[in-house]
Amino acid sequence: MFDLLIIGGGGAGLSAALAAHDAGAKVGVLGKNYPTRSQTSMAQGGINAAIGNIEPDSVEAHIADTLKSAHTLADEGMVRRLCEKAPDAIGWLDRIGTPFSRLEDGRVAQRRLGGASGKRACYAQDYTGLKILHTLHDTALKQGIEFLSEYYLLNFIVEEGRVLGVTAVEMATGEVKAIGAKSVVVASGGYAGLYRGFTTNSSATTGDGVAAAIRAGCVLSDLEYVQFHPTALRSSGILISESARGAGGRLLNSKGEHFVDELLTRDQVAKAIWEQLESGEEVFLDIRHLGEAFVEENLPQERKLAKLYEGIDPVTDLIPIKPVAHYTMGGIDVDHMHCTKVKGLYAAGECANSKVHGANRLGGNSLLETIVFGREAGENAAAFARQHGDVNPRNSEQFEKDRSFVAAIPHFTNQIDFYEKRDFLGKIFYRNVGIVRNEMGLKGVLSVIRQMQKELPFMGIADKSREYNTNLIEFIEFGNMVELAEAILVCAISRKESRGAHQREDHPREEKSYDGVHSLSWKHDGTLCNEFGGLA
Amino acid sequence: MINISIKRYHAARQPAEIVQEWEIEEGVTLLEALTSIKTKKDPTLTFRSGCRSCVCGSCAVRVNGREVLACSYKPKEGDLVEPLRFEPVIKDLVTDQSGGFETLKRTGAWLERLNDEAVVTLEEEKRTEVQTDCILCHSCYSACPVFETNPLFAGPFALTRVWRYVADPREGDPKGKIDAVQHDGVWDCTLCGECTAVCPEGIDPKSDILMLRTKSTQMGHTDPNMGAFGSFGLDF
Ligand SMILES: Cc1cc2nc3c(=O)[nH]c(=O)nc-3n(C[C@H](O)[C@H](O)[C@H](O)COP(=O)(O)OP(=O)(O)OC[C@H]3O[C@@H](n4cnc5c(N)ncnc54)[C@H](O)[C@@H]3O)c2cc1C
Ligand code: SF4
Ligand code: SF4
Ligand code: FES
Repeated sequence: MFDLLIIGGGGAGLSAALAAHDAGAKVGVLGKNYPTRSQTSMAQGGINAAIGNIEPDSVEAHIADTLKSAHTLADEGMVRRLCEKAPDAIGWLDRIGTPFSRLEDGRVAQRRLGGASGKRACYAQDYTGLKILHTLHDTALKQGIEFLSEYYLLNFIVEEGRVLGVTAVEMATGEVKAIGAKSVVVASGGYAGLYRGFTTNSSATTGDGVAAAIRAGCVLSDLEYVQFHPTALRSSGILISESARGAGGRLLNSKGEHFVDELLTRDQVAKAIWEQLESGEEVFLDIRHLGEAFVEENLPQERKLAKLYEGIDPVTDLIPIKPVAHYTMGGIDVDHMHCTKVKGLYAAGECANSKVHGANRLGGNSLLETIVFGREAGENAAAFARQHGDVNPRNSEQFEKDRSFVAAIPHFTNQIDFYEKRDFLGKIFYRNVGIVRNEMGLKGVLSVIRQMQKELPFMGIADKSREYNTNLIEFIEFGNMVELAEAILVCAISRKESRGAHQREDHPREEKSYDGVHSLSWKHDGTLCNEFGGLA
Repeated sequence: MINISIKRYHAARQPAEIVQEWEIEEGVTLLEALTSIKTKKDPTLTFRSGCRSCVCGSCAVRVNGREVLACSYKPKEGDLVEPLRFEPVIKDLVTDQSGGFETLKRTGAWLERLNDEAVVTLEEEKRTEVQTDCILCHSCYSACPVFETNPLFAGPFALTRVWRYVADPREGDPKGKIDAVQHDGVWDCTLCGECTAVCPEGIDPKSDILMLRTKSTQMGHTDPNMGAFGSFGLDF
């Protein structure tokens, strides 16, 4: 029995765990993989903080850049808190041992990412996320935080509007368990993995926690806001970090023409590339002029991956690229305390919508959010746990339901191959719920998704065993993806304007009436509901 | 197309261990090939994956007896793919890696006590830059022959990480860290270099262990193997 259970061991989950531990709570971290294998390990570019180590910078400038990129969909108070706490967050990471890249005099090095008015991103070569995540993990081991690794979250146990814990599959044995906690922080990452085949994300980023949250009675917001990263390797979707453009990398089409200012925000650059691709051009990133020494020091991973997946060396060749799904701004709606609609259930990191990114996230702001808001959520959840008594989720209805559900899956008819549907979902989402959208395309995909929902019971699994059944886990993940897909589509269809990452061909202008208006999605008796908060 | 074999294990199956041959596309990564087998031919095939880009450390396996990351290795005709060694196989290519992760805890591979005044200069950061690239893929653990005889050995990646903190100016208690790796630690390594040979990140745990030994001697510890020789000599 934990005071506090954290779902997910990425940047947000481990930051929450450490803060809650410091606040005296007995903490457990549950994750479907080992913590160091979280998607946070993949972040390369950096983490923003206006510490001005290279050139003068200010918290106000950080706030202004973030708000500008958000197109009125950010909450200024939350953005302010995030940016004000950023320098402290870097200080904290430094004190627990994060091996940041340094300047000669020992201060943390910084570089410029897109949309930033200066060199604001602290980094550790192109391993920023990896090195932060491992340092958090080392620290969590030191503090004796308990890990339930390779436990797959099924659902939150909620009774009378309060969370009592979660149900999860212990993957090694296949057993369904109920795990009680006085409060829960969900830090399960985003849902850009829906765009399978067209995403920079880990194959594990399937939006499970977000889907479980809407089932549990939480509200989700701004789901239509999916950020496309302008530069991913063409054949694999693997990311070429923004620091390549920040350092002077150029975008060229097949004719060798330079067609966009590389340092605009991601939504603008991605759209310009998309238009080139749609007109039949190929698009390349050119970093040859930066020289081998620079590439080896700053972009060694990218060089390796370009060789592996594209068979080219960025030092001597053009890198073929395409924009792909990268980050989900939308997620579980939280208040200023990071609390969801369910009492005792908090959310932080990419799974949450704490309204700091709005219509377009700035590079380097999401790692920052995982640390600053992860810590805040951990503290708040620890305070909640202190004020509330023990729980006993063993006899909960949810547990019985989930246990029978998992036991039933091997008996599903398995007439329809869900892996094929999963690839298909990725493809049609990329084409129609991608960088440029229109009503006809969106509605077409919605009917496909509704059909998939009906077909789920006719899908199923071939692996009927209990132990480490990834066929089963992937099937449940697919169910979550389909559930979220419907909600994303309804939001994208209903937002009849173009703003930031949501670009509608048939409604090409940013409409005043949608200023500051968030899409809200929730379930009522199992049926999806949608509303635009405050739309006149 | 080329053919590869995969060694599979599942306790509930009869027989528990089998070697299966598969035809796969040439030129793709092993992880792409495994994914394609799983999603198109045999959904029961079990392996770990994540980032697809050599950074999450999930997908290490052995090919022809050598540890590789499935997401960075391109299979060749006749390859034999097996799970990592020295941790129990749960199913097919998935091993129970909790024991390996436990070594980090046993050795105290973290910043123990902050030295508040420390400045990490560019040079000092560079000194352990490569060590902090470790993705905890367990390749070196599987390659290390010491585990054949001593399952309690701290192992290469934990020792590399201890060295990374010992060498960090921010560590205020390097002696404590050194003391913690004397037993089943730095002196149990045979300096065979297998770990270094397989590390996908170019890390050299063997030389980190040598650095730890030098530090250990400086801090008053002695090589227990030497000690044993000494007394053996005296007995005669
Ligand atoms: C290639 C790439 C590069 C990036 N670069 C940058 C950058 O330079 N700067 C920046 O600021 N941001 C960057 N980002 C974004 C940033 O990395 C992520 O937004 C951030 O790391 C998310 O962290 P998180 O802790 O919220 O979630 P994650 O790191 O995604 O962790 C999610 C955790 O939840 C667990 N989980 C998920 N589902 C379940 C389930 N069903 N049951 C149990 N556990 C579950 C997982 O096991 C995992 O531990 C990048 C993203 C990518 C993909
Ligand atoms: S030292 Fe190298 S081989 Fe060993 S776990 Fe780390 S990355 Fe893997
Ligand atoms: S050098 Fe030492 S740690 Fe590395 S594999 Fe050999 S015995 Fe193991
Ligand atoms: S899938 Fe992440 S290291 Fe291979």
